[in-house]
Amino acid sequence: MKQSLFESRHQADWQAFAGQLDALERGKADRQQCKGFAANYRRLCQQLALAQARGYSNHLVEQLQQLVLRGHQQFYRHRSPLGAQLIGFLLAGFPRLVRAEWRCVLIASLVFFGSLLTMGVLVYLFPELIYSLVDPEQVASMEQMYDPDARRLGRFGERHSADDWLMFGFYIMNNIGIAFQTFASGLLLGLGSLFFLLFNGLMIGAVAGHLSQIGYGETFWSFVIGHGAFELTAIALAGGAGLKLGWALLAPGRLPRSEALRLAAGRSVRLVGGVIVFLLLAAFIEAYWSSMTFAAPTVKYAVGAGLWLLVLSYLLLAGRGAHALD
Amino acid sequence: MPHSATSPPPRAPRRPVRRPTALLDTRYQVETPEGIDLLLRPAGLVSRALAFSIDLLIRGLLLLVTYVVLGLLGKFGMGLATILLFLVTWWYMVLFEVLNQGRSPGKQMLGLRVVHDDGTPVGWAASLTRNLLRFVDILPFGYTLGILSCLNHPAFKRLGDIAAGTLVVYRDTLPAQPSLPQAEPLVAPFALDLAEQRALLGFAERGASLSAERRAELAAILAEPLQVPHEQAEQRINGIARGLLGPT
Repeated sequence: MKQSLFESRHQADWQAFAGQLDALERGKADRQQCKGFAANYRRLCQQLALAQARGYSNHLVEQLQQLVLRGHQQFYRHRSPLGAQLIGFLLAGFPRLVRAEWRCVLIASLVFFGSLLTMGVLVYLFPELIYSLVDPEQVASMEQMYDPDARRLGRFGERHSADDWLMFGFYIMNNIGIAFQTFASGLLLGLGSLFFLLFNGLMIGAVAGHLSQIGYGETFWSFVIGHGAFELTAIALAGGAGLKLGWALLAPGRLPRSEALRLAAGRSVRLVGGVIVFLLLAAFIEAYWSSMTFAAPTVKYAVGAGLWLLVLSYLLLAGRGAHALD
Repeated sequence: MPHSATSPPPRAPRRPVRRPTALLDTRYQVETPEGIDLLLRPAGLVSRALAFSIDLLIRGLLLLVTYVVLGLLGKFGMGLATILLFLVTWWYMVLFEVLNQGRSPGKQMLGLRVVHDDGTPVGWAASLTRNLLRFVDILPFGYTLGILSCLNHPAFKRLGDIAAGTLVVYRDTLPAQPSLPQAEPLVAPFALDLAEQRALLGFAERGASLSAERRAELAAILAEPLQVPHEQAEQRINGIARGLLGPT
């Protein structure tokens, strides 16, 4: 068949298909319009193959190719884990994923919590050690924040209820930013994640040790214990996700490095999805519960312990059932 | 096949195929389940950098305006502004790419879009990955790692793209229908194979964009096999192209 005949015979079909695509791309296609899309798409693919095999002109082949590409974009979609599967992910998928990646998570937790505890104990025993890590001005502002005489606690000391909004925003920004950095820098062969885990662990440990040592322990611990359950675990998990990226580059196994990285990134970005949820919860608790002083420290300790237990049992136990929600 | 922890995707992944003939151009071929090749044109460093600068500018303006407006609302406003700063810093690209067919405003202006390696529209997970890992591409300063990776990769991917399995491609616009020059339809004096046939048609279709001298020069190459004097070669080729196209 000559090209002109081919074109004149199918031109109307192509225009109709292009119309269908326009509607779909604008997201305004109704049921009637979508009818027969699959069949039309397959026919178009066949016509493109014919046009190529018969050596028709470039212009025609290109025109068909663009239609096919647009059709392909409408026809094939990746199911994305952050969409409709969100609930299943939170109820079962995320803790399962954490357990499946237990090696990276364990290493990250050891580095983070290990450095935190070690530094805390060291600073408690040798108080001047904190000045080798934190400059004196920062130490002074920390002391002011957790002064037992303050009416409210937190990074800005005295504040009113409208400020809770400010704090909520600040916590989200600050903490999720740190978690994202910890994750992303794992691409540098895992070194970046290790650095951020170690750095944050040392800093938090130093501040905790120092405040306990100078007798501000009660205000500090009752403030951080609640949201710490979510926040600290989240940073460790983000670090674990980053280490997974780095490990894929260091030891790609039988795959090419780029392919190993792509597979690892697919899994670790889902970990980061869970981390984001954890940090949103943490920011909420920090702004609206931790900073309140009306509750007695013992109540805060009890609630905090409950939250830690909740987080740990969620990560260790949720989604173990054979027919868990999916 | 036993289901392991890293279970295979439901569909066998379509691997891009590089043909040995396509040495000079950067086209990226993806074979679809229908057995045809999709052609994608990856975008290079310059256009991507320009798109990014436009996005940066838009984000800067957006933040400036909201800070001024929300600043009037006092602390409550500043809280909102901080949340907004977070959204704009980490989510601007992700939201636009997923909800606007792979195009942030800057990419839209430059005619670019983000797709998966297999040509499908970019999803939440991939977009989040490539934009979070932007943090590493920026290191140590001014996108150095990203630029090096982009210049080294056959499909111009930065590190985030490699990890997420995404690609920044041009959105092609179709040129206007070319009209073949007038000529008497002829039959070729010998059998043409597909590539030759397409080359002749291509010459006739693109003749209008070449100067007369260049057309004559190109056509003269074929004068000998077509057994015509040099001056008539162009007319003869156009005639054969007409003949191939068939009656309109």
